[in-house]
Order: sequence, then structure tokens, then C-alpha cells
Amino acid sequence: MTKKFPNSEPITARKFMDELRRYEKGSVTRRHFLGVTGLGTATAVMVGAMPWLKPRTAYALGGLGDRLIFSTWPNYHDPKNLERFTELTGVDVLVNVFGSNEEMLAKLQAGGAGWDVFVPTNYTISTYVELDIIEPLDLSKIPNFDPAMNETRFTREGTVNGKIYAVPKNWGTTGYAVNTAHVKHDMTTWKQFWDLTMTDYSGRTIVHDYQLTTIGNALKYFGYSFNSIDPKELGDAEELLIRSKPHLFAITSDYQPPMRSGDAWLTVCWTGDGVQLHRDIPSIIYVLGKEGGELWSDFYAIPKNAPHRDAAYAFINFMQDPYINAREALVHGYPPTDSRANALLPDSILNDPTLYPAAELMDALEFGAAVTLTDPLRAEILARFKSA
Amino acid sequence: MKEANRSGNLVTMLLLMPTSLWFLFLLILPLAVVFVFSFGERAPAGGYTPSFTLAQYANLPARFTAFKNTMTLAPLGTVACLFVAYPLAYFLAIKASPRFKMLLLVLVILPFWTSFLIRTYAWMFILGGRGVPALIEWLGFEPVRLIYTRGAVLLGIIYGYLPLMVFPIFVSLEKLDKRLLEASDDLGASPARTFLQVTLPLSAPGVITGCMLVFILLMGEFLIPAILGGGMVFFVGNALVDLFLQSRNWPFGSAVAVSLVFVMLVTVTLYLRLTRGKGQRDTSLL
Repeated sequence: MTKKFPNSEPITARKFMDELRRYEKGSVTRRHFLGVTGLGTATAVMVGAMPWLKPRTAYALGGLGDRLIFSTWPNYHDPKNLERFTELTGVDVLVNVFGSNEEMLAKLQAGGAGWDVFVPTNYTISTYVELDIIEPLDLSKIPNFDPAMNETRFTREGTVNGKIYAVPKNWGTTGYAVNTAHVKHDMTTWKQFWDLTMTDYSGRTIVHDYQLTTIGNALKYFGYSFNSIDPKELGDAEELLIRSKPHLFAITSDYQPPMRSGDAWLTVCWTGDGVQLHRDIPSIIYVLGKEGGELWSDFYAIPKNAPHRDAAYAFINFMQDPYINAREALVHGYPPTDSRANALLPDSILNDPTLYPAAELMDALEFGAAVTLTDPLRAEILARFKSA
Repeated sequence: MKEANRSGNLVTMLLLMPTSLWFLFLLILPLAVVFVFSFGERAPAGGYTPSFTLAQYANLPARFTAFKNTMTLAPLGTVACLFVAYPLAYFLAIKASPRFKMLLLVLVILPFWTSFLIRTYAWMFILGGRGVPALIEWLGFEPVRLIYTRGAVLLGIIYGYLPLMVFPIFVSLEKLDKRLLEASDDLGASPARTFLQVTLPLSAPGVITGCMLVFILLMGEFLIPAILGGGMVFFVGNALVDLFLQSRNWPFGSAVAVSLVFVMLVTVTLYLRLTRGKGQRDTSLL
């Protein structure tokens, strides 16, 4: 059943990357690449689904254990990369998918989450450090990470009190997606988004089930800061949210299915979902409100007491490899923070205004602020909006 | 004699031990923790700090809609389940031939073999724009919106809870002495009268049990409104999930939980009072 390729020694990480590079450059055929790396065998697919069938032989990077618990966001990885990691190391990646940073924090705060790696967003990291639930990273175990190759604004918040607690993954923006087959207005602002939701496109709009973006973008309607915790400004935002609620289609962060089915025409949206929707349905486009909104970067971090710490480092290091990183971006549509990975992406992506918006739109964006994560009023406003 | 009695007591105690420990550690202690937390305050970064305040209870009106939704959709869902489940249970217990009875019963249980989450998620696509609404439009009717409405949530509730209602009713109808129906017929009662005066009263224990099971579980429901209500139909269960997983406001979450338990105790007590005497026969499942 386990058909071996000729001379198929377990492939080493280095050899794997060499072969991947040769394949990328076109020096070898897909067939050769899949054959020599072992990715092409039917077993690769099968053991992915049925881990107990996997032969327990020596792996190139042995001694990492057999599993890794990874908590991340939806539609945020190339499943093939996860399979490759398992191929290389024998470590199965068990993925938990989350809908908000608050939920991740709640799980870690309650203790005993048992995660090895998770993907916090920039503005949450200082709170994790404050609560003493993540650990500083040993960069010698992540040689693929090169701080010099990442823009400071995307890496800055991974460092707290001079120690690096998280290495960057991707960055992106929070705008909205519009199905132009139904929405005939030329959408450019958050004001239009909310006004048209309550008039022409009533019953067709989705907002996130997430206080940061839903409240933040309601604040933008009035031209306030995305991060405001001013009670008066938040009061205005709450009033707008509650007034718009009867006109909404849903309050959910799982907005791709209704956008794809044509039930919803407008949705608050992250870069990558915009790319994925547009790729499959060209009439859906991504818009950044002129007033601004959110600019963010995500990181890899390791919680304290991670049960599989060695595997966690191996995984982060694997994901920091520019080639793996670039392949991730090709699938999920979020720009990498690493310029080495960007250099590997085709021009069609590098020139895509959804991933790399024009400078004047970018200038209006704000990074989320740490205080929004813990501010009791923002949390309560979202709850009141949902139960209204 | 005395020795034997003592060792008998010991055996009884040992046998009761797992249940007692279970109740103590998984029911009573957690409830006590929730009760104590409900008088506390939210820590600055979320969680709990000890305190003694009634502020959390004073804030309960902020979740009025959630209570209102639960208190309307839970009884409505229970009654709807009853109306769908009764004819089915009646058919299974009285009309179906013994040969098919087993098969039909298995068909009622079959959905339990797939995760409830996945089955509810499937409804999202059935009720979504490309599902039933597309069919309705194709048949020439006005386009309708089904998903993310109260109707969708109610449908999900009936679908999910139906077996819990079918089985108790089935059991009490199954035990019903069929000769009583013949006697009623012989004495000249119409089928409708036989049903109302013989079958229905004799199946009351099953109906009461089924309604209790469905109602109590529905009061804590959060998954169906989350998936089929799309955040637009908010139950107390959803308020609780958000308070613990999003706002991390444990004390207020505890106060809401304590209130829900209280509302449930009152409702169920009233219900049992009202139905007392009708459910005294052995109810088999409770």
C-alpha cells in the first residue's frame, strides 16, 4: 500500500526546499517534484486523512512528537503547506479556527487551552504579555525569520519590553466587499456603506460578529477614530448600529457563504476574503472606505506551557520560509510581511489593489489599539447591538 | 444479620458514590461558583475579581431581548415539536406494522449518527439563497428570504429536537392497551372521540415528559440561533456565550446564568403543578 519512489530516503528539509525552488524556477517538472518529495504518492493524501496509517519511521526532523495544536483564523492557510509540514516532520497539525481575538484571549485566560501555536493580531500581544500567558520567543530556533526583511510597522507590536514575543505572519486591511452585480452605486466610503445598508440595499448587508471592526467602522461613519473609547463617540456608533440592525442580513464573521450564494451583497471584509471572493466571483470587489478603517498584522506566538514546544518552533520556522510563506499568500490572499516572500509573488498579485492598496487609502488606516481589546464599554455595546 | 445489613449499607454507599461525586463536582460546585461570581466584578482585562455587588443583577435589563426571545421561542418550539411529533409517534406506535416499526424507529434515530453542528450547518445551505428560495422562485413565486430569520431558527429547533419529543410519546402510546380503543369503538364513540377521550389522556405522561425534555434544553439553546439566526436572533444562550467568550465579563455572565436557572425552575415548577395528576402514571423516560 505504501508505494515507495525509487531511492526514497526520507527527504530532508533542505532537500525539500531545494527541490521546491527548482520546481518554482521551472528546472524540474511537477511530476519530478511530487515524486522526489513524496508529495505525489497517494499515501500522502491518505495518511493525511487517516493518521494512524502513517508508518512510524524516522523523520528528517525527528523528535518533535506527533502533533501540534494550532489556533488560527478561517481561510488563512494553504492546506498543502500543512500537509508538507506533516510530511517533513511527522507532526500532525490539528487546527482550531476562531472568529475573534476576544475568543482566543478568553480561551487562554481561562487556562488549559493546550495550544502550541496561535495567531494573535497586533493590538492584542501587549495584553497577552501583561497577563503572562505567552512566552518570549527563542529566535535561534526560528532561523528563517529575518527581522530586517519585515517592515517595522508590521513587526513592532510583536516586541514588548524589548523582548520578541511574536513573529509576523501576514498583514491586511479591513474594508468591505461589494457585489457589483447588484450594488449599482460607486462605493468608496463607510458613510455610503451604512447609509445604503439602511436604504437601497436593506436586508443585504453583513457586519462582523467582532467588536473591533463592527464598532470601529460604525465610528468611521462619523469620522471618529477607529479605536475610540470615548463614551460620547461610542454612543453615536451604538445608535447607528442599533438603527441599522433591522436592515442587516446577518451579524457574522462567516460571511463568505452568504456572499457566494448571492443572499448578501455588502459585507465588512478582510483583505484575504476579498481576494478569495473576487477570485471566484469577479463581480465581488473589495473597497477601502476613504475615511479609513483598520490596518493590521497577524503574528505567530507560543502560549506558556505549550505542550509541544519543539514542534511549535519547527512549525513557526517552517511557515517563515519565504517559499512556504509565498505559497500561503497565493492561496489565502493576504500579503506577507516578509519582503523575501513578496519577491516570490507574481506581478498580478503585487499589483492587486486589494492586497496592496494605494498610498492615500493606506494613510487613512489605523492599527487597532490595545485598549479596545479590554475596554468593557466596547464589549458591552456589541452585545447590546446583537441583543437589540 | 446486623453484619449483613451493615455490609449492605456499605455496598449501597459505594454504588451511590460515583453519582454523588458526579453531582457534587460537576453540578453543585460549579453552580455554587457561578452563584458566587454573580456578585463579583469584571477584572480590568476581563475575567473576575471578588467583590460584593448587586450591579450585575441591576444590569439584567440590558439582556431583556435575549430573555424575551428565549421565553417566546422555547415554548413555541416545544408546542411546534409536539404537533409534528405526536402524529409521527402515533403512527409508529399504533398504525405501523411490527415489521416496519423497527426500521422506522431506526430512521428517527439515524440523524443522531451525524454531528448536530454539521446537520444544522447543512440547513444553512438548504435555507440559503441557492436552496429552497431558489426553488420557490423557479416555481414562479415571489422570492423569499428564509435564512437568518426567526422562522429559520424555529425550523432548526423542530428539526433538532423532534426525536426527543417522539420517543416519550411513542413509549406511552406503545404501552397503551389497544383493547381500550376497541372498547371505545364498540361503545359507539367516533374515532375523534376515542382519540380525545382515550388515546390522548393515556399518552399524557409521554407528552408531559417530551415537552419537559424539549423545553428545558431549548431554554439553554445557542447553536441553532447562532447558525440559522446569523446573529439576528439572539437567545439567552447566545448572550452567555458572548459574555464568557467575547466580553469576558464573567460576573455579569454568571448573573445571567443564575437568572436563567431561576426562570427555568419557576417555569418547570408551574408546569408540573398544572399537569399534576395527568402524568402520575409511569412515564418511562423521566
